[in-house]
Amino acid sequence: MSDPGRDVDREAGLALLHMMLRIRRMEEKSAELYSAEKIRGFLHLYIGEEACAAGVMRELRPDDAVVATYREHGHALAKGMSMRAIMAEMFGKVTGCSRGRGGSMHLFDAATRFCGGNAIVGGHLPLAVGLGLADAMLRRPRVTVCFFGEGAVAEGEFHEAMNLAALWRLPVLFCCENNLYAMGTALARSESEVDLVRKAEAYRVPAAAVDGMDALAVGAAARRALEHVRAGEGPYFLELRTFRFRPHSMFDPELYRNRAEVDRWRERDPIALLEGRLRAAGHLTDEARARLERDVEAEVADAVAFAEASPLEPEGELDRFVHAEVRA
Amino acid sequence: MPTLTLIQAITDALRTEMRKNPDVVLFGEDVGRNGGVFRATDGLQAEFGEERVFDTPLSESGIIGAAVGMALYGMRPVPEIQFLDFIYPAFDQIVSELAKMRYRSGGQYATPVVIRTPYGGGIKGGHYHSQSTEAYFTHTAGLKVVVPSDPYDAKGLLIQSMRQDDPVLFLEPKALYRKAKGEVPDGDYVVPFGQAKVRRAGTDMTLVAWGAMVGVCLEAARRAEDDGISCEVLDLRTLVPLDEAALLESVKKTGRMIVVHEAQRTSGFGGELAAIVAEKALEHLEAPILRVTGFDTPFPYTLEEVYMPDADRVLRAVLKLHRYES
Ligand SMILES: Cc1ncc(C[n+]2csc(CCOP(=O)(O)OP(=O)(O)O)c2C)c(N)n1
Repeated sequence: MSDPGRDVDREAGLALLHMMLRIRRMEEKSAELYSAEKIRGFLHLYIGEEACAAGVMRELRPDDAVVATYREHGHALAKGMSMRAIMAEMFGKVTGCSRGRGGSMHLFDAATRFCGGNAIVGGHLPLAVGLGLADAMLRRPRVTVCFFGEGAVAEGEFHEAMNLAALWRLPVLFCCENNLYAMGTALARSESEVDLVRKAEAYRVPAAAVDGMDALAVGAAARRALEHVRAGEGPYFLELRTFRFRPHSMFDPELYRNRAEVDRWRERDPIALLEGRLRAAGHLTDEARARLERDVEAEVADAVAFAEASPLEPEGELDRFVHAEVRA
Repeated sequence: MPTLTLIQAITDALRTEMRKNPDVVLFGEDVGRNGGVFRATDGLQAEFGEERVFDTPLSESGIIGAAVGMALYGMRPVPEIQFLDFIYPAFDQIVSELAKMRYRSGGQYATPVVIRTPYGGGIKGGHYHSQSTEAYFTHTAGLKVVVPSDPYDAKGLLIQSMRQDDPVLFLEPKALYRKAKGEVPDGDYVVPFGQAKVRRAGTDMTLVAWGAMVGVCLEAARRAEDDGISCEVLDLRTLVPLDEAALLESVKKTGRMIVVHEAQRTSGFGGELAAIVAEKALEHLEAPILRVTGFDTPFPYTLEEVYMPDADRVLRAVLKLHRYES
């Protein structure tokens, strides 16, 4: 890890800070709205892990694709989806990115090449391989980035996807967000090999682990990984070591970890960490920080107002998009 | 008799059978230390130890496959799949290994596995925490498919499931986990398979349902009474084996039938029931058979209330069927 305050690119640092704040405040608001029953069902917050999505996404090009899990609000925002479309989706409104049909776990947006929002653990990994294969066959210089939790590594799909991507040298960047717990199960209680990098290497996929609380370090690691993938060298596996500060979802009594562990990780809050470094480098004044906060607050308020004001999908459209629509 | 919720009745069934039969073991994602996401296995690891109640990684195929192997050697595995919607990574193990082992081995090997899993909508779970796909499994020869609708049956049917010599898919209506309360005897008792239960006797028509839809039919039947229509509500309790005799007896008596299920309509189990009645009791029917079901769409988040059959929809079908003149 670099010294605090040294080598902080001002522009990159401020952009990352802004993005992480957008994710954090949007999700804090979502939790509130969940309690108010505006957002229903299941809600998995990314709070604590923002540096992963923000750091990786800044290194992507607009036509690179992202495939993520059910804990994907941050990824969607960082990939360029509007906060309005995300919030409206969580409210189940027709103006949501998926017409309010899926809610929190099913964000999709073809315009920003965001291919879900996937609520089946491991289910989206083979699909990411397919996107990569199509890009390769169509000779398009794109990358597919697939995010998943360390829990997914135990599913068969992970192993099939790693092998296929490596065998066919596909342009896929696998980003494993290792937050140490899959729901209530700690990594060491679910994996015979807890060094995830070694798993990737077993498939001859080059791999690295990085501090997932340090947005700049994540960015640097993603840059190196993407260079490899863009050079046509095949897939790459990045383990992002991170922690979720909140329960798994809104119904988790958190019997599996203690307060002290959570507090220890909170001391490494990715937002505070980057903020400290920017301040030390003289890139962030109190005034600029306050302005950032105000801007984000306004954006969140706007997204919520938009979602509130939006209509539900009309009942008569329940069966639209089960199949392709026949054009008259 | 203690009053239990449906989920407490399930825990009670597991505890009761585990005390009796040391071969019964529970495992699945977070079922041990955390007692399950819905807390169905709460306290069981403390009582029976980590050998008999243990956590697995996220490996549905491995969970069910391992259960098959254990069962072949005489154990009584009771794996949990966290939601029915997450069972598909294990579909191959269920359809190709679990269900067919006895037949494939010419009767030499048995796979007495009970897969417990919550199913169904009503909790705003959206696409993948709501589905009711029992028909995939009733369409698989070799499996038994059980769906309780109240705490008493939940306990009695689950104990009975753990005593089968064949694999059972035990579907728990998660919307009723804490909503359904009822008297449940202490200790050991069973509810036999293949015995439907008349939840309400009636003369004008038969409403057939299982799981969470039984309550919906009962409400519709109560309201239909205000219009002078007498509905019989038949709770199938086990889809495989099916109590065909009870179904036919009721329909022969009333002459009219509505099947109600949450699952989508096409190829739902309701179609099977309609076919059986058409084959075996056509001459007793005074009106067409109606189905009140989910729609042929994936399960929606926003329009859940539209998708799920409720008492209003069932009542509309009741009125329509009542008005029908042949
Ligand atoms: C196939 C499947 N099995 C189980 C689940 C239930 N489930 C949802 S998230 C989760 C834990 C996943 O942990 P991890 O992959 O580490 O990601 P995290 O939630 O920590 O971000 C489980 C068990 C599911 N959605 N899909």
